[in-house]
Amino acid sequence: MTDTPASRRGRFRAALRRHATPSLVIGVGLVVAITLFGVIAPMVVADPLAISSAGMVGPSAEHWLGTTQTGQDVLAQLAWATRGSLVVGIIVALLALFLSAFFGILGGYLGGWVDEAFSLFTNVVLILPGLPLMIVIGSYVQQRGLLLIAVILAITSWAAAARVLRSQTLSIRTRDYVQAAKIAGEKPHRIIAVEILPNLLPVMSSGFVFALITAILGEAGLSFIGLGVVGTQTWGSMLFYAQNGQALTLGGWWWFVPPGLMIALLGCGLSLINFSIDGIINPRLRTAPKAARSVRRAEEADDSEAGDSEATTKEALV
Amino acid sequence: MHLLRKIGFYLVALWAAVTLNFFIPRALPGSPVDAVLAKLALRGPVAPETRRAIEVMLGADTDRSLFQEYFAYLGGLLGGDLGVSVTYFPTPVSQVVGQSLPWTLVLVGMATTFTFILGMALGTLAGWKRGTWLDSLIPATTVLQAVPYFWLALLFIYVLSVNLGMFPISGGYDYTLVRPAFDYPFLSNALYYAFLPALTIVLSSLGGWLLGMRNMMVSTLSEDYILTAEAKGLSPRRVMLMYAARNAMLPSVSGFAISLGFVVSGSIVVETVFSYPGLGFTMLQAVQNNDYSLMQGMFLIITVSVLAANLVVDLLYGVIDPRTRARG
Repeated sequence: MTDTPASRRGRFRAALRRHATPSLVIGVGLVVAITLFGVIAPMVVADPLAISSAGMVGPSAEHWLGTTQTGQDVLAQLAWATRGSLVVGIIVALLALFLSAFFGILGGYLGGWVDEAFSLFTNVVLILPGLPLMIVIGSYVQQRGLLLIAVILAITSWAAAARVLRSQTLSIRTRDYVQAAKIAGEKPHRIIAVEILPNLLPVMSSGFVFALITAILGEAGLSFIGLGVVGTQTWGSMLFYAQNGQALTLGGWWWFVPPGLMIALLGCGLSLINFSIDGIINPRLRTAPKAARSVRRAEEADDSEAGDSEATTKEALV
Repeated sequence: MHLLRKIGFYLVALWAAVTLNFFIPRALPGSPVDAVLAKLALRGPVAPETRRAIEVMLGADTDRSLFQEYFAYLGGLLGGDLGVSVTYFPTPVSQVVGQSLPWTLVLVGMATTFTFILGMALGTLAGWKRGTWLDSLIPATTVLQAVPYFWLALLFIYVLSVNLGMFPISGGYDYTLVRPAFDYPFLSNALYYAFLPALTIVLSSLGGWLLGMRNMMVSTLSEDYILTAEAKGLSPRRVMLMYAARNAMLPSVSGFAISLGFVVSGSIVVETVFSYPGLGFTMLQAVQNNDYSLMQGMFLIITVSVLAANLVVDLLYGVIDPRTRARG
């Protein structure tokens, strides 16, 4: 290796400059802020379950986000719910990533009847609607622990990513360097790990981010209908209690607005990160708008020089 | 050949759904009987005979083998027999399904069709006019996409129904004013009640369609055949619609399966927020009342509807993409 740490850092900085678009910066900022809130806030807030006589009070100096119907502090609940939702989301996303990599990459690489069987299985899972299945499983199990809910969410959400990974693997499999490694007598597991997996990393990271969004939204939906993890606070369970506690009709917006807003902001941040990853994978998405803009600017300059009235028709062409 | 493969796939998916529906209750720890007993025990001591009564009620009292039960279940399904609902005893599950199916079918069907058309049109435009202010639509749709369906529904109810009183808070129609019938008063009332749920579904699923279409348009527009078409001097509108949009649409249409699953899942939750008398709301009522046969009937009918909608879209795909026909 001729790489010195300094030159590597220089290259890293150059790559950062190239890809640090405003959307990536905002996305990472949102995600980091929410994660820090979920990690740190639960340590400093009051007991989220402590009941007091001041029920359904709006935001005040004492309770920054008001109280619930039973006088619990909404900010404290939000802090614990953030932690709960993030933990569920990360576990589910990891499980889904593993499942999609297993079925997508292995099927795509091995081909033959394994691929046929795997992709049939993937497509069947993909087409069955997730939430009804979760409801059926969730309603049969009374002791719904964190792991059970995570597994249910993961087995209903890995299939789309598996299909993407499979098609990517199919195209990488036929490249020259993979063929060369095969002829050189490399073992299949080594080819997958060393030759194929690194090329799939951008796609997989985008898949992971997407799985995180899906998992958090899915968990929120499941908790909102009362089938979430028993005894763990998440954004969805907060909304469940808010709706059952008549927050809507009593005008308690401070109870149901914050959890939904957190989900929306986190989802938004993660999507913005995903756009940047998409832009790295598919440069056309990044360059095409820029190119179109520069063509138009050139034409406008041209038009103003000639003072020609065709500007509007040309604009329509671009 | 292509068609046969497709139909074969849907048969396998249907079989998988039916089999899951049969095995999930039997494979999971805790039977429906135990679940009902646990709920009863919360209210007070349970007599030993109660267990037997609940077993009979839920049809868990037979000593047939698993295989015999499975085939009896399949045979029952073929005859349209989904068991008897406990909540609406002694109404058969198939009848309860029949009552709630039209509500969901109309709500989700109309909302999805509208969203799809709107998303394709806006996506085409945003991709065609890339590099203009339309690019700023993307962050806006991202936010909408990240918002949970039910939270948007809660906000709408809070702002438009509770505070402004513009729309009803819940239900499918006004019980005091109209009776379900095919006449103007009922249909207009139902439309009024369906507006907010439909708006929720449209707003939260529009972003996905728009973004997918826009990205495909951008990719398609740099293809050589677009350049050729422009060089031939075809009108921009023709290039945009017949050359670019038609090709860019294909992934969205073939990705319909994934999206429909999302929309159906979302609409189940939306229905519960609005107490809309469709499949999703009825399914959750069944869950709360320990009505297992009704719940499973709902699961089956939702899955079959999704499969059927996808089959229709798959068949339409052949019309849009001539290549699939040529291969067949």
